[in-house]
Amino acid sequence: MELRVSKAKVSEYPAWLIFHTVAVFAFLYLPIAVLILYSFNGEGVGGFPPHHLTLDWYRTLFADGPIWDAVLNSLYVALAAVAIALGFGVPAALALERAQFPGKTIFRRLVLLPLILPGIITGLSLLMLFNILGVKLSLLTIVLGHGTALISVATTEVFAGLQKLDRAQEEASLDLGANYWQTFWRVTVPNLKLPIIGAALLIFTLSMDEIAVSFFLIGRDNTLPLEIWGRLRRGITPEINAVSTIIFLFSLVAIVFWYRLRVRGEAGAEAGAEIVTALEGDLA
Amino acid sequence: MFSRAYKAAVTLPPLVWVAAFLLTPYLLMFSYSFWSVSPAQTIVHSWSLGNYSELARVDVYWQTLLRSMWIAARVTIFSLLLGYPLAYFLSFYGGKKKDLLYQLVIIPLWVSYLVRAYAWKTILGSDGVLNTLLQYVHATKHPLEFLLYSPFAVVLTLTHIYTPFAFLPIYAALEHIPRNLVEASHDLGASPGQTFWKIIFPLSIPGVIAGATFAFVLSLGDFLAPLLLGGPSGIMISNIVVSLFGAAYNWPLGAAISFCMLLLVVSLLFFSERLEKKWSYA
Repeated sequence: MELRVSKAKVSEYPAWLIFHTVAVFAFLYLPIAVLILYSFNGEGVGGFPPHHLTLDWYRTLFADGPIWDAVLNSLYVALAAVAIALGFGVPAALALERAQFPGKTIFRRLVLLPLILPGIITGLSLLMLFNILGVKLSLLTIVLGHGTALISVATTEVFAGLQKLDRAQEEASLDLGANYWQTFWRVTVPNLKLPIIGAALLIFTLSMDEIAVSFFLIGRDNTLPLEIWGRLRRGITPEINAVSTIIFLFSLVAIVFWYRLRVRGEAGAEAGAEIVTALEGDLA
Repeated sequence: MFSRAYKAAVTLPPLVWVAAFLLTPYLLMFSYSFWSVSPAQTIVHSWSLGNYSELARVDVYWQTLLRSMWIAARVTIFSLLLGYPLAYFLSFYGGKKKDLLYQLVIIPLWVSYLVRAYAWKTILGSDGVLNTLLQYVHATKHPLEFLLYSPFAVVLTLTHIYTPFAFLPIYAALEHIPRNLVEASHDLGASPGQTFWKIIFPLSIPGVIAGATFAFVLSLGDFLAPLLLGGPSGIMISNIVVSLFGAAYNWPLGAAISFCMLLLVVSLLFFSERLEKKWSYA
């Protein structure tokens, strides 16, 4: 029955729908295709058809010190942001699920705000704070900005995981004499492995890509997006395409890795939708 | 089962951190919006509504805000027009390839926002890919100048960036529609069009509201796409804030505009939440 119905339906959709679908995919992938193609173009970032296919831009890129410094800075910022966001986001999820405290509603809303709020607002308000405290802008201020703004990603993911968690395991652990600390590390965290890894990957990616908050908190050292931003204003070469292509390939590897992990965890179909969980911020 | 100590241990650190690095900065921004700048370029910590009355008085501020909202509205409409049918096709006719197609919608999200905006710049420029292609096939003699440095370029780029954000909640809503409702509608003699408009679409409205909110709110405060692709006619409200915090050096006025944006976004979120609840059947 099920099979027959779904087979009958496949022939039912109007022709324009498949057209539309193909067109939207083309629209989504056109810039990415152009980006990758022109990273091999000897003649610069524009111009049709591409001429003199070459690997020169990749050679330039690998010899380009400032870009790699920026990559290292971004990696440092992203890792530190993951640490802060998990360090505060995971307890926040536990608190929201298990404790009552004054200001809980405000706290819940506040944590979620930076992800949906224009980055400029979070960036500028932190800039004012650091300015008043006399803190010099540096990578550290960016770390604080990213870490704080991305707490919500960890909190929403882990909160969703907690709601599916069977508390009996933790209860058993406590009954059998383990203390809260041991129970947390040996029962709670292993059960939340997938949401925590998912959150970490997303926080890492969002931080690597973040520019609106960093824009206002930057000191002397650039993150990669800010380095790229600076170069875009000076005139553009396919070197930018080359570095973007390489980062895209790394992202693809991360997606495949994450997808496999989720499928094994039997949560396959929703892999990648963490961003929506975080944006919708269902913490009640 | 959780002791007071446990609850305190998981509550206090995030509470203190969020109070220090989110609440305090937002409150500070609010305070700043009542302060002013002296002729000697120092911040005067006396309280007045001067900045807000300036915002109401000077045309360029609220006109730019309106333009930003109009750009965001267009981005929202186009993202929904692109995202909804895509979600519908994947959810109902995706078949075995559903998961793969779904991942294909997500993957562009992993490409840096800045890089995608930059890619559109290389496509739309006067000696960019599109214009040289058009000349190559003799469709045009001269480059089309309106493509880049225009609101069009900003709307196109932001639509590209936020279509997946509109798609995702719509897809989730469609996936949650019980398929037997659809079958029942067919069995009872409804045409595919009737089934769509009377069953599927109403049940997907919460997803549409969520998707529209994401697209609108996320594009409203953007300042990088306008800087990169907008030209003078594509300036958005955040660009004014950026200049007030930079060369124009008037942090208090910039803070007042930011706070208005914050209010606007928070009230939009509030409304869309109410609306979503109203339309949800669960």
